Amino acid sequence: MHDQSVGKAPEALIRYLKEQESKDLLRFITCGSVDDGKSTLIGRLLFDSKMIFEDQLASLEKDSRKMGTTGQDIDLALLLDGLEAEREQGITIDVAYRFFATDKRRFIVADTPGHEQYTRNMATGASTADAAIILVDARKGLLTQTRRHSYICSLLGVRHIILAVNKMDLVDYSQTVFDQIRADYEAFAKTIGYDHVSCLPLSALKGENVLHRTAALDWFNGPTLLAKLETIPVADADDTGPFRLPVQWVNRPNLDFRGFSGTIAAGRISVGDPVVVLPSAKSSRVSSIVTFDGTRESASIGEAITLTLEDEIDISRGDVICHSENRAGLSDQFEAKIVWMADEPLIPGRPYLLKSGARTVSMVVTRLKYSINVNSLEQAATKRLELNDIGVANISLDQQIAFDPYHDNHETGSFIIIDKMTNGTVGAGMIDFGLRRATNIHWQAVDVNKAARAAMKAQKPAVLWFTGLSGSGKSTIANLVEKRLHAAGRHTYMLDGDNIRHGLNKDLGFTEVDRVENIRRVAEVARLMADAGLIVLVSFISPFRSERKMARDLLPEDEFHEVFVDTPIALCEQRDPKGLYKKARMGEIKNFTGIDSPYEPPLASELTLETALSSAEECAGQVIDYLDQLSD
Amino acid sequence: MSQMTHLQRLEAESIQIIREVASECRNPVMLFSIGKDSMVMLHLARKAFYPSPLPFPILHVDTTWKFREMIAFRDQLAKDWGLDLLVHINQDGVKQGVGPISHGSAIHTDIMKTQSLKQALDLYKFDAAFGGARRDEEKSRAKERIFSFRSAQHRWDPKNQRPELWHIYNTRIHKGESMRVFPISNWTELDVWQYIYQEKIPIIELYFAKERPVVERDGALIMVDDDRLPINAGETVEKRMVRFRTLGCYPLTGGIESQATDMEGIIMEMLVSRTSERQGRVIDRDHGASMEKKKQEGYF
Repeated sequence: MHDQSVGKAPEALIRYLKEQESKDLLRFITCGSVDDGKSTLIGRLLFDSKMIFEDQLASLEKDSRKMGTTGQDIDLALLLDGLEAEREQGITIDVAYRFFATDKRRFIVADTPGHEQYTRNMATGASTADAAIILVDARKGLLTQTRRHSYICSLLGVRHIILAVNKMDLVDYSQTVFDQIRADYEAFAKTIGYDHVSCLPLSALKGENVLHRTAALDWFNGPTLLAKLETIPVADADDTGPFRLPVQWVNRPNLDFRGFSGTIAAGRISVGDPVVVLPSAKSSRVSSIVTFDGTRESASIGEAITLTLEDEIDISRGDVICHSENRAGLSDQFEAKIVWMADEPLIPGRPYLLKSGARTVSMVVTRLKYSINVNSLEQAATKRLELNDIGVANISLDQQIAFDPYHDNHETGSFIIIDKMTNGTVGAGMIDFGLRRATNIHWQAVDVNKAARAAMKAQKPAVLWFTGLSGSGKSTIANLVEKRLHAAGRHTYMLDGDNIRHGLNKDLGFTEVDRVENIRRVAEVARLMADAGLIVLVSFISPFRSERKMARDLLPEDEFHEVFVDTPIALCEQRDPKGLYKKARMGEIKNFTGIDSPYEPPLASELTLETALSSAEECAGQVIDYLDQLSD
Repeated sequence: MSQMTHLQRLEAESIQIIREVASECRNPVMLFSIGKDSMVMLHLARKAFYPSPLPFPILHVDTTWKFREMIAFRDQLAKDWGLDLLVHINQDGVKQGVGPISHGSAIHTDIMKTQSLKQALDLYKFDAAFGGARRDEEKSRAKERIFSFRSAQHRWDPKNQRPELWHIYNTRIHKGESMRVFPISNWTELDVWQYIYQEKIPIIELYFAKERPVVERDGALIMVDDDRLPINAGETVEKRMVRFRTLGCYPLTGGIESQATDMEGIIMEMLVSRTSERQGRVIDRDHGASMEKKKQEGYF
């Protein structure tokens, strides 16, 4: 191994390295419309600050001749548009991260797309940015995209906005043009909470007012773009907020050491400080702050450390250690702003996962209050959020979590939404506040409980959820099962899809939103009946996994039993007891499961009945055997 | 006011990423290439879990054509730091006698590196693998997420990446799928060297200039590390002061002439350097977007 010998280095180098050590780090994003020249601007920053190497330059020259849009000049945008598809289409389609440094600062730039359908990527870039450069084409002025992107910046809490009026060379460096755009933008910015924005004229293509001043813009007294970027205060340098440590990992090398590792999300902590752990609300004091480089007396925001406490209290991943005088909120219901990022819409009532800090819990949107039109900033009532929609919603979690409003703390006030089926990240959210309801409405505690009711009936409550295609034999089998249970002295109830539609759910149609609500109501009724101690037989086509999962999640784990009545569609169609397939084939019924609407078979049902191989009686017998075996 | 420097910030971000994987993934592994980026990543992992040992193994995919010094360094380091080291070699490739000289760089890299890596990940059923790639290295890497989702066939779909907001990482996958995780995504080459200097992280001698036997081939200086390298007519082996900016299979890794025999010298050279580090890698030059293609196929 090589011994690092220190001491031989020249003075100048040592001084340089010292300077490097004291640099801080600014993250910013560039956004604007497709043709405003974002990639060219970043290319210019890299090029002029000498972050481009000779071999990259050589391949750039080659690419420029092949694909460039700038004639004989080097097309700086090609440096950034990394993916092949983008180079062919001449647009940026994803977030690209770039790095450069000056004598004063190190920079991370996120180049984010201007196309409307890629708003989710812009939100991604904005979530970690201290500042945003919003590009406007001097010839075009403010566009819909400009407003949309500015609003997303304000939504994500980007603190500093720089409006860069680009392509000044194409408007003869006109001060009148610039002043008009500036006035328009400042008026708009105030409406979204930015009282101060910096407006700069420049030409990225020619490199004017990016790093260097230019005579053509001598009427402009403000800084160059780079000078501005070098002086913006970095967001998380402030450690005066209330201490928060989301526990990421419990550190237990041996029985004598029990530490809690995480990155400090706010404030400062010292050995001896009183702390409280949420959600348990147990308190203790900090006994040590441990790092690989030695123990510390104190630590502050942004540092990844390990704490040990004086008392042995139970703390797990996802808990938040707070200063005892100023603790985080605790709730299972919030109002939050949501940016939707998936093709499948967000539908109230549908269960998702929410990940905030180090905690992942189940969530549903209980009420979608309104969506926000990012062009007019008007609110509109809505039943769902589509891709790139922004909305305000009430959400409900299956357990309490510690939080701060996003406005106060980005780390403890933010969350992502994960689809339970695909595992994709489908949305991002910012907590406005916890809803008081969560702490004020308590469950009515009753003395005669489920166990007592079940005991009187001498049975174990259960929900048997029969799912399968129309005509698969669900109701026939469920009916036989109920008869046999009844004969054996069991207390049962059958909920049948068609019958429920005539009463409880007669206000619902067959749109996706209504189908979710249909299942939710039936699942809730089944839950109440199971609570009453009954064995409930639900016979519902329930074609979607996510909705059956919702029903399953409502019930205790050992009470929900999915019974898949697995009948090939050809056989269902041949039986066609209600003549529905015929009508669907003739186009008289739309959205008919199996014909023009999908059926998602269960991946792990408790029981599968193959009616092509067994009679209805035999299938019913299998269900009875399954139930008997459960009560053993 | 807090006083974190840019390196402290980068360090903290990387540690958070590494801890997240250890907390949420069932069976993670850290890829270890023996290079400087790997060393930084490994050092960060030791910091992340201190005083606990690393809660996962490290994996070296050995192509059998690495510099001999790399293997010696690897084994010594595993001993000194008490690492759970796994070494995987594609035995099918060995049986077929695959090598960079007989089969060319593309086939060799595919079979002994890409396929071998996939074999190892499947063999041990790892659901997450740390890699030391940086976004400043190459254009397609600049767009890759820190937590990069791979299908059961290890493929990367650049058009369908999960949005990654704040410091919240979605680690959820189905059975058979996996994540590649890049904790030093936001570091630059200069950051890496400065950090190595500041933290006194041991690195392999090959990074420092020394008289080494080399041949000049297609403009690159190839080190004659053992007798498997055929010397073509017209080529002469000569001793030159060279060092390496990246490490890999020795016949595919070009050295640069240098007088930098210590850390200060390397950093000095970096500062005045006008070529990027990947330039020494033969595999990058085949095709305009060759790295992106390789990544889609499962290369790190």
